[in-house]
Amino acid sequence: MAIDLGAQFAACWLMLWGMSAPRLHVPAVPARPGESPDFSYVRLSPAGAVHCLPIDAPVSATVPLAEELIRVLDDAHHAVGPWNPQLDPEVLRRGLRTMLQTRVFDDRMQRAQRQGRITFYVRSLGEEAVSVAAAMALSDRDMLFPSYRNQGLHLARGLTLVEMMSQLLSNTRDMCKGRQLPVMYHSTAHRLFSISGNLATQFPQAVGWAMAAAIKGESDIAAAWIGEGSTAAADFHHALTFAKVYKAPVVLNVVNNQWAISTFQGYAGGEQRSFAARGPGLGLAGLRIDGNDFLAVYAATRWGAERARQGHGATLIEHVSYRAGAHSTSDDPSRYRPRDEFHDWPLGDPIDRLKQHLIAIGEWDETRHATLLAELEEEVTAAWREAIAAGSLNEGPRLDPALMFEDVFKELPAHLREQRDALLAELANP
Amino acid sequence: MPSMNMVQALNSAMDVMLSRDSRVVVLGEDVGYFGGVFRVTDGLQKKHGAHRVLDTPIAEGGIVGAAVGMCVNGLRPVAEIQFADYIYPAYDQIVSEVARLRYRSAAAFTAPLTIRTPCGGGIRGGQTHSQSPEGVFAHVSGIKTVMPSNPYDAKGMLIAAIEDDDPVIFFEPKRVYNGPFDGEPDKPAQSWAGHPLAEVPEGYYTVPLGQAAIARSGEAITVVTYGTMVHVCAAAVEALGLDAEIVDIRSMMPLDIDTIAASVSKTGRCLIAHEATRFAGFGAELSASIQERCFWDLEAPIMRVAGWDTPYPHAFEWEYFPGKRRVMNALKQLMAEAT
Repeated sequence: MAIDLGAQFAACWLMLWGMSAPRLHVPAVPARPGESPDFSYVRLSPAGAVHCLPIDAPVSATVPLAEELIRVLDDAHHAVGPWNPQLDPEVLRRGLRTMLQTRVFDDRMQRAQRQGRITFYVRSLGEEAVSVAAAMALSDRDMLFPSYRNQGLHLARGLTLVEMMSQLLSNTRDMCKGRQLPVMYHSTAHRLFSISGNLATQFPQAVGWAMAAAIKGESDIAAAWIGEGSTAAADFHHALTFAKVYKAPVVLNVVNNQWAISTFQGYAGGEQRSFAARGPGLGLAGLRIDGNDFLAVYAATRWGAERARQGHGATLIEHVSYRAGAHSTSDDPSRYRPRDEFHDWPLGDPIDRLKQHLIAIGEWDETRHATLLAELEEEVTAAWREAIAAGSLNEGPRLDPALMFEDVFKELPAHLREQRDALLAELANP
Repeated sequence: MPSMNMVQALNSAMDVMLSRDSRVVVLGEDVGYFGGVFRVTDGLQKKHGAHRVLDTPIAEGGIVGAAVGMCVNGLRPVAEIQFADYIYPAYDQIVSEVARLRYRSAAAFTAPLTIRTPCGGGIRGGQTHSQSPEGVFAHVSGIKTVMPSNPYDAKGMLIAAIEDDDPVIFFEPKRVYNGPFDGEPDKPAQSWAGHPLAEVPEGYYTVPLGQAAIARSGEAITVVTYGTMVHVCAAAVEALGLDAEIVDIRSMMPLDIDTIAASVSKTGRCLIAHEATRFAGFGAELSASIQERCFWDLEAPIMRVAGWDTPYPHAFEWEYFPGKRRVMNALKQLMAEAT
């Protein structure tokens, strides 16, 4: 009854003041299955319209850049405006090739999962520019802290398809020795940090890596990626705070692909302010960019990297993109969003846009594109043949189960040695 | 009586409580419109509204912290952590706040919160979708820690947890969401259909927290276990034709040590089985408590079967999982011990 009295008291109080009680705000999803896609909430700026700043600009000057949308490629496929990175056509063709390679690889691995050859997969369909252009704009010595949807970073850095497929297969050539879910790659040689299945943990770690570079007096920087959904996690805020406090030489990337499994970006707080605006809000430079525009990603990454390298601090880049595929092979997006949303996505397909740009400047044509596609498909087929020869979970050679007990500690402790021997005895006498 | 799998039974428990008690709210990642990644909250938002079944940002510490505030303002939140492997960002809120709020405020403030979370392996989830962290919560004073093993208990215990005035961490062994699992991955998946414990009343009932169940009666040996391992142990016992008693503890805290000790004193032999890692796992508490009460009745040392003390490895799922073979070997060894 105490509750009822309290409610009556509250109602009286509100009547006295002539107000109604606020109702809990539930972020409104623009379109659900069966409805027409609606991207009117995505704030766009015309290509070339957003001004550029010197890399030592004060954080406060970046406030408008964190709210507008930095774009280079216009609707006629020309590169325009102050953010045009003026890249050599050979660099553009390399970018196109790596993005297309990422997509062909993704398609094939998605099918391999459907056929039961691998247990799980995450495609980056529609987000290829975010990773590939960034990796190309950074130095090969810069340390990358990827999320689970950044395979373009690995391919751009030169990890081989066979290495990546072997990880997906948990086979005898798996860099993780069978310990990780598919897509959780790493490479010390390519300076690619081990991917975690837990969200946002890599963000403060990247800042720490950058702090260490500054402590050691080295000019290498760090870069990290998370999805917009993960910006809700405390680790995102830890990262920005440490980056600000120590002016850490790091580029922090938020890939706003609109969807975190079933919850759209409004549930991560994207309704009133951009994600990039959290940068200036916490004392870092912020840039909001067209993540499906290869040239914009390249230019913004280069700007943030130079700013970091020259000691002017960290930059938060929001890449506005769209998760064209499912969250993972365990997800079915037709349950929560219109099936054909990607066709209506206002920023298009990053691969098609770079291809059309190359054609527009006379550096590419449909025949060359078809040849490249066929070449990449053959490359993926050949790599798969080689990777599968090293086994999978269901067939061919298998990793030694005793490997399970290694690397828990540097030295195998006594209790794990006992457990290993017990397992081997169990396996020897089924 | 309708037949329900564990997912449907849990869904029904929340549906019943959302209908009965206007203070109950459900919150978590993807639990609203989508109905949860395991479908446990399917249809609840549509029926009870977006103000009572809330999709949340991806921030487990935020989910639990906000749920504490809701409790303090009179609500009864049921928070979902999508996988138990993702609960650690909320660990500070759970250990330092949820578990101690009543104590530190001399009961001026309390957090009657239920945290549901799927746990356990056997689904090829690798180290981030397979963990069994019940031991690290049972160790914390001030929270109840429970894990049902079948649909009937799941619904009755979840309603009891929601009504409990203390905070409860409610672990759901996801490998048995859709059917019992005997620990043999190559056999076709079983469903709950036709299982006596899948006969679940549609309406309100409770299964009290802190009461163990005798899942199988016997005289020769006692198997103390919970969650998925109840079914694995039952299959191992059947395969050996042993007259074993299986105690499904259902609740780690409070622990029904009386039922467990009575069984062990009767049989004189005890195997403890859980999926979680062995070292300082909940089996250690069970073993110590049983030994304290049953030492003079024991005819053999208490044995444990548990997950190996490594992270959960993706490629070695079935070498890691304490399956039927490992339980059978332990049972044989225990039965061979001289009196």
